[in-house]
Amino acid sequence: MIDTSAPNQVVVDYSAGERLTMNMGPQHPSAHGVFRAILTLQGETVVGVDAVIGYLHRCHEKLAETLTYAQYPTIASKTDYVAAMTSEFAYVLAAEQIGAVEVPKRAQYIRVIAAELQRIASHLLWLGTWCMDMGGALGGGATVFLYCIRERELILDLFESLVGARLLYGLYQVGGTRYDLPAGWAQQCRDTLATVEQRLVEYERLLEDNPFFLARAKGVGYISRQLAEDVGVSGPLLRGSGVDFDLRRKAPYSSYGDFTFAVPVETEGDCFARYRVRMVEFRQSIAIIRQALDGIPEGPISSRPALKSVAQIRMPKGWAYARVEGPRGEVGCYMIADGSPKPYRMKWRGASFSNLSVLPHVLPGHKVADVVAIMGSVDPVFGEVDR
Amino acid sequence: MTHEQAASSIAERFPGARVEGATPLVVDVPVDQWRAFAQFAKDVLGCRFFNFLSAVDWKESGLEVVAWLDDLDDKLSVTMKTRLAPAPTSASATADEEGGSSAAPRCASLVPVFRGANWMERECFDMFGIVFEDHPDLRRILLGDDWQGHPLLKSYAVDTPHPPYR
Repeated sequence: MIDTSAPNQVVVDYSAGERLTMNMGPQHPSAHGVFRAILTLQGETVVGVDAVIGYLHRCHEKLAETLTYAQYPTIASKTDYVAAMTSEFAYVLAAEQIGAVEVPKRAQYIRVIAAELQRIASHLLWLGTWCMDMGGALGGGATVFLYCIRERELILDLFESLVGARLLYGLYQVGGTRYDLPAGWAQQCRDTLATVEQRLVEYERLLEDNPFFLARAKGVGYISRQLAEDVGVSGPLLRGSGVDFDLRRKAPYSSYGDFTFAVPVETEGDCFARYRVRMVEFRQSIAIIRQALDGIPEGPISSRPALKSVAQIRMPKGWAYARVEGPRGEVGCYMIADGSPKPYRMKWRGASFSNLSVLPHVLPGHKVADVVAIMGSVDPVFGEVDR
Repeated sequence: MTHEQAASSIAERFPGARVEGATPLVVDVPVDQWRAFAQFAKDVLGCRFFNFLSAVDWKESGLEVVAWLDDLDDKLSVTMKTRLAPAPTSASATADEEGGSSAAPRCASLVPVFRGANWMERECFDMFGIVFEDHPDLRRILLGDDWQGHPLLKSYAVDTPHPPYR
């Protein structure tokens, strides 16, 4: 029986000064993981943000104190699972700095090739998910996403034939890499690069000729240079805010000095600037991989002797801070060794953690719909935020 | 600014600070000058990029807070460190919530100087129980609000039981 006395229309007395608290997440489809934002709204405008993170916390830093230098690099890939190569890279670099371990030239080149392929794969996933977040405005939410995923698969195929895994690799080890390039891999890699390079032009035409995309990206989510430096934002966000800083150029590691590439810098500091930076980075990564494939020397791929036990590698007392330019920015590994097979202390500087912490400074003043656009342009990976 | 210039200007302004290492510049700062030194590094040395802040538990030798600052235009990096009291033993640590215990090691917050210190110091409080004075919003960040203890302390065993998984 229907209760006819109940009002069928709810009148909300909503005056302009009233504030509404809205919970977004932790299972929001645009959150790229598990992220909860408690937004304080005035009408449609965000006036306050409380970001709640930690849902994926596994205490990697404690874990690293319990695992040896031979064991942890594989686990390191679980911090940033979208760019697993990068975190492995940072960990082994830190250990090698402490122990002054020589890395053969061929291994350095393989590391660079893997890291740059990873950057392309990571940026492809970013572009796809970001455009899906902005959804219908781009004429069919999943269009760009599916195109990008299609190309990312090609790169994951390359990783699969290199290490046997598609997402979490364990390619890097202290002293070199675990695997050498298989026969025919270089040609497969060149073919993939040619495909991706050609498709990038299609994405750009698809997006930059679309006035809805431009309206949602241009002038949205402005990060000033001062705010970026103050918060410690790095990577494409920093370069989108007019800072010419790329660790591959400023502090070259693993033979990055051998390659010529451009560092894209945009000065607008908005979502579109960050998009442009990443679109150029795609091409620069392709250029670096081609140079590396052309110039890769023959030789051993690791200076590490065969291990009889995982506790065999010991690092002398000391400390190091290894910094790697990951797809999302500076991935740092601050490591203190005490002479035992395990680090005494290891700190991850997650690029996503610092990049995400800029949100409470940027979101206020924007509409709710822009929250997802800005968050997508930051490209957080919550495995790396929460570690 | 070169490393030599930076080192001499630190020695002039902060006679109590100990400068070691060349690249990066490692500066041991007395705890009462922690924030003043950060402001000096930002304004005078030009290290405006806040890289990270963390801590190391040296057991009975105390907790060490480490912050890394960069000058992005120059190749100058400054690692500032300061030594605090050792972490309280596990029995008193459980009673310490939201910095209520006077036994908790304390350090000045860098949030007034670098906004990026906000989350980093919250993580440091979460993991080590260090109380950052004048922090605008010092609460746990990665662990749940009901978590007991501070996992990155050496006294915290990896298999410490946590409710409801006792």
